Amino acid sequence: MSTATYSTDRPPNVSGASLEPQAAVARHPLDTCADDVIKVLRDDGSLDPAHDPKLAPSEVIALYRAMVRVRQLDERLVALQRQGRIGFHIGSLGEEAAVLGSVSATRPQDWVFPCYREFGAALWRGLPLQRYIDNMFGNANDTVKGRQMPDHYTYREGHFGSVSSPIGTQITQAVGFAWAAKLRRDELATLVYFGDGATSSSDFHSALNFAGVFKVPVVFFCRNNGWAISVPTERQTSSNTFACKGVAYGVPAVRVDGNDLFAVVKVARDAIARAARGEGATLIEAMTYRLSGHSTSDDPKAYRPDAWLDPWRRLDPIERLRRHLERTQGWTEAQDREIEVAVDAEVKACIAVSEKVAPPSLDSMFEDVYAEPPWHLVEQREQLKAGPRPKGHGGR
Amino acid sequence: MPQMNMVQAINDALRHEMRRDSRVVVLGEDVGKVGGVFRVTQGLFDEFGDDRVIDTPLSENGIVGAAIGMALYGLVPIPEIQFADFIYPAYDQIVSELAKYRYRSGGEYPSKLVIRTPVGGGIRGGHYHSQSPEAQFIHVPGLKVVCPSNPADAKGLLLSSIRDPDPVLFFEPKRIYRAAKGDVPDGDYTVPLGQAKVVRPGWHVTLVVWGAMLYEALDAANQAAAQGIECEVIDLRTLWPLDIDTVIESVKRTGRFIVVHEAPKSCGLGAELVALVNEKAFLHLEAPPLRITGFDTPFPYTLENEYLPLSHRILPAILEMARY
Repeated sequence: MSTATYSTDRPPNVSGASLEPQAAVARHPLDTCADDVIKVLRDDGSLDPAHDPKLAPSEVIALYRAMVRVRQLDERLVALQRQGRIGFHIGSLGEEAAVLGSVSATRPQDWVFPCYREFGAALWRGLPLQRYIDNMFGNANDTVKGRQMPDHYTYREGHFGSVSSPIGTQITQAVGFAWAAKLRRDELATLVYFGDGATSSSDFHSALNFAGVFKVPVVFFCRNNGWAISVPTERQTSSNTFACKGVAYGVPAVRVDGNDLFAVVKVARDAIARAARGEGATLIEAMTYRLSGHSTSDDPKAYRPDAWLDPWRRLDPIERLRRHLERTQGWTEAQDREIEVAVDAEVKACIAVSEKVAPPSLDSMFEDVYAEPPWHLVEQREQLKAGPRPKGHGGR
Repeated sequence: MPQMNMVQAINDALRHEMRRDSRVVVLGEDVGKVGGVFRVTQGLFDEFGDDRVIDTPLSENGIVGAAIGMALYGLVPIPEIQFADFIYPAYDQIVSELAKYRYRSGGEYPSKLVIRTPVGGGIRGGHYHSQSPEAQFIHVPGLKVVCPSNPADAKGLLLSSIRDPDPVLFFEPKRIYRAAKGDVPDGDYTVPLGQAKVVRPGWHVTLVVWGAMLYEALDAANQAAAQGIECEVIDLRTLWPLDIDTVIESVKRTGRFIVVHEAPKSCGLGAELVALVNEKAFLHLEAPPLRITGFDTPFPYTLENEYLPLSHRILPAILEMARY
């Protein structure tokens, strides 16, 4: 292809521009196409002062507790599914620092648009555990009325969106939400979660493009956990990083050690501060690893040998944080045991309550399709109620 | 009352509501400075500025996805999809997200917006500027679907759609954007959703129709009248949830039912209407119900007048049915 086509009466188009030196593209200090990954927490539990978010000791303990609680919940919910008492669970084993570190950077006025692996973020923003467990059972107290699979909750009061299963759809919505706040001159940031697989969805590209063009106060948080069910990252992209995709859209990006709580807090706070200053969107790629299957419906043995997990087990975010606590606060096994017992008790109590609650009513199946049920739904509801019940009605 | 065409009436409705309600924003491809490729949003950019009349990147899923987010924030977005034929990149957002938001969140997150988009053939637009995809949205629980046939209804139905608590697909029949003219009430004027209109009373045959094909049905009905057959022509206006009472009451009187639409025949809204008529008025029928529709082919360019269910195809169906 000749460059002459672009030389005369109009500026080069994108393919023409690629022939120009790269210096023509303005780089934000947070842009990273290189392999640099922001880290704070060292192997020995000490912190690198360069990016230290300077968390108070009590904040570190609160986050540690939250991470341990989420992991314990994960284990308990997987067990419940294996026992046939709930239908499904999708967890965040190994990704606790990525989830808790990022959400802890949000301020009360900020909003969170979840993927489906961030129940830890919902709990951090105040979702009552009982309400979460009711969702796991899909019972009459479930605020989404048993209409969705477990782990598809909402929590408006905590500025936490609605979980859906399609990949990437929440990313454009988060942009629209943050954009609306900007149009209304309200100072708040919107944090949106997604996995590495979602960067292949059209919504990811539309969202980054819109956010770049309209300078939207949104934080794109990509949990790069290595896997989209069975498909590894090298099958999602041939880019060196996911972060570098931000550059194409004029969205500054940063890569962070996703198993390093302090580093995640730091980059998430910086991104929210940028949004708050009216400087627009940031893309964060958090390097972490999905230690479990995709969900309780997945068996990872079919596509990855267990040995592959060993390096990541050594980088376990909870273990690393514990080493820091041992070093700085003299953390003991007794204190761990205390957390374990407390979480176990609250989880057991919630499960005992949820399990006794009846299934949602037949009427509830027809509510909320529209604000008011139209004639055809009224007709179908009455036909259903007058008819026979199936085997295992409302059963689990 | 001022005379307007459809384009002017829809513009008048948008302007009226944007003045009345600061939450209303318009966004889409070319809706700003140029006022839309059909000029429906002309002048809104100058009056309301680019915070409320927004030219977006060329990405339908971006437009609708962002509009859903805006709605969740509390705005009332009115995205324009330039042609209904180009709505499919946004189909996932419409079907999986917009339609289900209220339901899947147990009522916590209603997501209210109105998607405006030109539909239908008759402008020599070929496959990609002519289709009528209403059935693909009617089949999705949670959506309302509206299609006006005249300027007054276009204004009144659009204002009702904007104020309705549910998401609405607002289909604008582009063939009659400028051809359909009429008096349009000034100021605040609404036409309730879910109410069909008997445009021409009759007692021999019931014709149900909407959008641009209304005028073809009326033409055929007038020709049939010259032969002594009086058709009742019903403009459905709200395609879903439809006004079942008006349709069934009419069919019970006439015993004969024809539905006319531009979209392909199989699994179109006509099929649903025939099923409903069979379920609710079977014992009143004097003849098998009929669908006069587009064909189950992609929309053709050169032969578009052969494809469309124009009056020359409706009239023989009326006569045949009356003599059955």
